[in-house]
Amino acid sequence: MKVKPDNYIALEFLSRSANEGFARTATAAFAAQLDPTLDELGDIKTAVSEAVTNAIVHAYPDALGKISLRASIFDGNLLEIVVRDWGCGIADVDRAREPLYTTGGEERSGMGFTIMESFMDSLSVRSRQGKGTVVTMKRRISQRAGRK
Amino acid sequence: MEVRTKTTERELTIGLRGELDHHSAREVVTAMERAADAALPSSLVMDFGGVTFMDSSGIAVVMRAERRMCALGGSLVLVNVPQQARRVFDAAGISAHVRMEGPPDQA
Repeated sequence: MKVKPDNYIALEFLSRSANEGFARTATAAFAAQLDPTLDELGDIKTAVSEAVTNAIVHAYPDALGKISLRASIFDGNLLEIVVRDWGCGIADVDRAREPLYTTGGEERSGMGFTIMESFMDSLSVRSRQGKGTVVTMKRRISQRAGRK
Repeated sequence: MEVRTKTTERELTIGLRGELDHHSAREVVTAMERAADAALPSSLVMDFGGVTFMDSSGIAVVMRAERRMCALGGSLVLVNVPQQARRVFDAAGISAHVRMEGPPDQA
């Protein structure tokens, strides 16, 4: 049975690099209701930026395409972020997740998935060549003392 | 993103202000390469004091700066790195082999 979120937002945008800032800022604004620490908020913004940048750079290398982002809040202060594209897909997901591996040339560091993994509690990547990629990340936000 | 470059003797300082991501990284690299071509610095100081956000695109920029300074036989130092950017450098293991210092006047 699928657990329903307490709250969610869904965004859809074109794979233009100008939307990287929009996606992470909108997600951070939504996550703010969980009263995250500054570090937690920074980690979420960074992870979203990495996932969205991957879709922009790799999913649609020679064209513009659709990217969707869904952020949901579940019971227990759990934030789930799903970034989806309908682009070319990743040929070898395990290889793509290795640190320093990139097909993006010297403009990219190859550290995107490593950073998503280290900043979020869990990361799953599902991809089919020619169909697209779905990146799902989860992070439990600390319940701070004095929080209502 | 705002990029300011200043050359004193053979020390090149690049001051960054704003959000350093994939969208803005190219203009940083272009400005950095142009300034390095002109100054052929023996020391490159990258000032992150005004950086309000950075993702792994910043790592690629720093790796590029490091290669450039290595080719010139010079040194690279990052100053005033904010906490959020520092966490990204730490997660990538960059902090171990790139010099980072506080404000230049306190170094």
